[in-house]
Amino acid sequence: MAWTPLLLAAVVLVASPVAAQEKPRYGGELVFVVPSELPSYDGHREGTFGVVHPMAPHYNTLLRVDPNDRTGTKIVADLAESWAVSPDGRVYTLKLRRGVKFHDGAEMTSRDVKASYDKIVFPPEGVGSQRKGQYTNVEAIQAPDPSTIVFRLKWAQGSFLSLLASPYSWIYKADILAKDVRWYEKNVMGTGPFLFVEHVKGSHWVGKKNPNYWDKGKPYLDGYRAIFMKDAAPQVAALRGERAHIQFRGFAPSERDSLVSALGRRIVVQESPWDCAAWVVMNQDKKPWNDRRVRRALTLALDRHQASQALSRIAVVKDVAGVQVPGTPYATPPAELEKLAGYSRDIRKSREEARRLLREAGVPDGFTFTFMNRGVPMPYEPVGVWLIDQWRQIGLNATQQVNESAKHVGELRGGNFEVSMDAQCGYAVEPDLDLHKFQSTGISHNNFGRYTDKVLDDLYQKQSRALDPEERKKYVREFERRLLDEEAHQFVTLQWHRIVPHSAKVRGWTITPSHYLNQQLDVVWLAE
Amino acid sequence: MGKYIVKRVLLMVPTLLGVAVLIFFLMRVVPGDIVELRFAGESAFAQKENLDKERVRLGLDQPLLTQFIRWMSGIVQFDFGTSMWTGAPIIEEIKLRFTLSMQLAIMATIVAVVLAIPLGVLAAIKQDTWIDYTVRIFSIAGLATPSFWLGIVFILLLLIVFKWLPPMVYTPFWVSPVQNLAQLIWPALAVGYRYSAVATRMTRSAMLEVLREDYIRTARAKGLWQNLILSRHALKNAMLPVLTVIALEFAFLMGGLVVTEQVFNLNGLGMLFVESVAHRDYTLTQALVMLVAFMFIFVNFLVDLAYAWLDPRIRFR
Repeated sequence: MAWTPLLLAAVVLVASPVAAQEKPRYGGELVFVVPSELPSYDGHREGTFGVVHPMAPHYNTLLRVDPNDRTGTKIVADLAESWAVSPDGRVYTLKLRRGVKFHDGAEMTSRDVKASYDKIVFPPEGVGSQRKGQYTNVEAIQAPDPSTIVFRLKWAQGSFLSLLASPYSWIYKADILAKDVRWYEKNVMGTGPFLFVEHVKGSHWVGKKNPNYWDKGKPYLDGYRAIFMKDAAPQVAALRGERAHIQFRGFAPSERDSLVSALGRRIVVQESPWDCAAWVVMNQDKKPWNDRRVRRALTLALDRHQASQALSRIAVVKDVAGVQVPGTPYATPPAELEKLAGYSRDIRKSREEARRLLREAGVPDGFTFTFMNRGVPMPYEPVGVWLIDQWRQIGLNATQQVNESAKHVGELRGGNFEVSMDAQCGYAVEPDLDLHKFQSTGISHNNFGRYTDKVLDDLYQKQSRALDPEERKKYVREFERRLLDEEAHQFVTLQWHRIVPHSAKVRGWTITPSHYLNQQLDVVWLAE
Repeated sequence: MGKYIVKRVLLMVPTLLGVAVLIFFLMRVVPGDIVELRFAGESAFAQKENLDKERVRLGLDQPLLTQFIRWMSGIVQFDFGTSMWTGAPIIEEIKLRFTLSMQLAIMATIVAVVLAIPLGVLAAIKQDTWIDYTVRIFSIAGLATPSFWLGIVFILLLLIVFKWLPPMVYTPFWVSPVQNLAQLIWPALAVGYRYSAVATRMTRSAMLEVLREDYIRTARAKGLWQNLILSRHALKNAMLPVLTVIALEFAFLMGGLVVTEQVFNLNGLGMLFVESVAHRDYTLTQALVMLVAFMFIFVNFLVDLAYAWLDPRIRFR
């Protein structure tokens, strides 16, 4: 319908600024849908948003991403009220808030923070830590007094504050961990704004307001109820029937449009570039993918600018992007991005270049290969179809092989593919997190291209250790140019686009590029 | 009769053992790995060392035969172990969903029986009349309509016409019968309709067959009241194949309502089944397959007993 985009534009533009100026109202239960379910209760161990969405309100982290920052990159205090970094960038000293209590009434001290981070960084035998690899730089964690925690690093790391703001790095109680380091896999005990009430597996999770929360005046809600729903149709029905206020991960454009047309002014839509991207990876153990000219040809064939307009109407992809989310501090500006292979607006010229490279590499016209895709409709299916069409236009014939998720990961890991769809999602927009995957095999366990590139590894280290943002930006750009253009080891198709339609009653929640962030719900409230 | 029951019970053992062997080894053949899915999904920092340690913790580093013997020895002691994905006892995972699936299966069966038997009998008695044609159209439409599609139609109708949606969370019947029925009546109707279509056609054809038997002609010749002929002589005999169909459908409903459960967001065994396979949760999938196999075998056993009761000749063969 013609009026739908207009209405949508209106709700997107109007919603947030008004909400920001309003006085929060107390009371009410926020009902939200979670399109996944948590395997265990231990955020240190797990890596799915299915853990974060229902459980983050029970916990605090040392630092957090500003809940009002749409870029998802501004770090603010949570349990640590201030911090200082030594001149050499290797010692981080954080002062903790006093008077913070766990839900059982015990006071939170640096001992709890140390025990929690020891579990994340140096997990004991038999204890899983999903993000241990992100903290390999941590040499020691010290608690010199009850309100001070010190992290000593092996080398300076520009991203360290972001790592301390990880939405998974919840602060647990030291006494509990001392008795049973796996207690948190099946139990909840945090310092967060909401107390745990109930979890019925496969059904729902309930939390209620923590009356003794350290941040006086918060939270605003009396409680929340997370309903687990895997399928998109009942999720849309739940919002449309006003049985749920919001689903924080995101909906497809068609689902957004149907909700907007059904609910009109009772629904508000927030949109953002998403810190997830659909990548293409080529197996360099197999010919002709070990030839950079062939890899470059594949990316040169893509008309990303046209696809951005066409695909964004039907899939959760939109922005033409490099290795960082557009609009965030380390993202390459569009004009500079257009200089990279496959990003030019002159698609005819790009495709001529692609054909030339293929000829040069001895790849015949009509060359056939198998493109492996993940059997998840959104956004892999439309993006896969688009890729095949684009490659056909430079004389390549791709046959699609669709695998369900578990098989897809297995085949990628085992190198049983030629060219495949790959994905990269981050819990925060941060080059250290977003670029790690693309380092050489042996350093990155998720490098499915099976290549070794010492130059790329060196650039990763340089950007990671650079403390000056401008210097770091320079290395990120070099990394990007080498990865996407010079070597074309892998390449981005389009950045995902996050679309969160929610009840107009929901206020105080701001979309960020990551569906892992901003889930503590302490600032969220419900209007009349 | 006692000997007959013992014989039937003993026959269950090799069948279940065969299922156990099949599912254990088939799951290992399917590509994919629970550890990869858990630790290498969205995280870019998965370390091989961590993945290997997790495999050791789950016992996946052991030879297949050792894993199988360990699993079988657990089963013999009714210990199904813990879910590899959630770490919770499997009995707990299944128990949670079993009540809902069982209730839905019972409700759908009631819907099916209430529709199928009178309609099937009516169609047989009134063969080739407009009544018969109407019943046949109704049942063919039921066969042709997927229950999940009917479910979607129900939801949309409720939402658009009545501005109402069934509850999203399961409430046990004994806690709130109204809430419980408000949620489950819709999937029961959607599933029961398709189920009734199968049973209606079976009832009709079985009745037609029985009504042509000599003993029915004899009963009529003796001047017996029509209703008595139908209920005492025809229906009881026609029920044998109908019972089989109803029982097998019932067993299927216990784990086979995946899409319907998705449409209505029901926390049942079907969804659990799909999730466990998607996660490559070997222990949970194996337990669920064993449960469904047991349900089929047990329901068949009950059908056999019912056969013996309905037709005494079977007991003496």
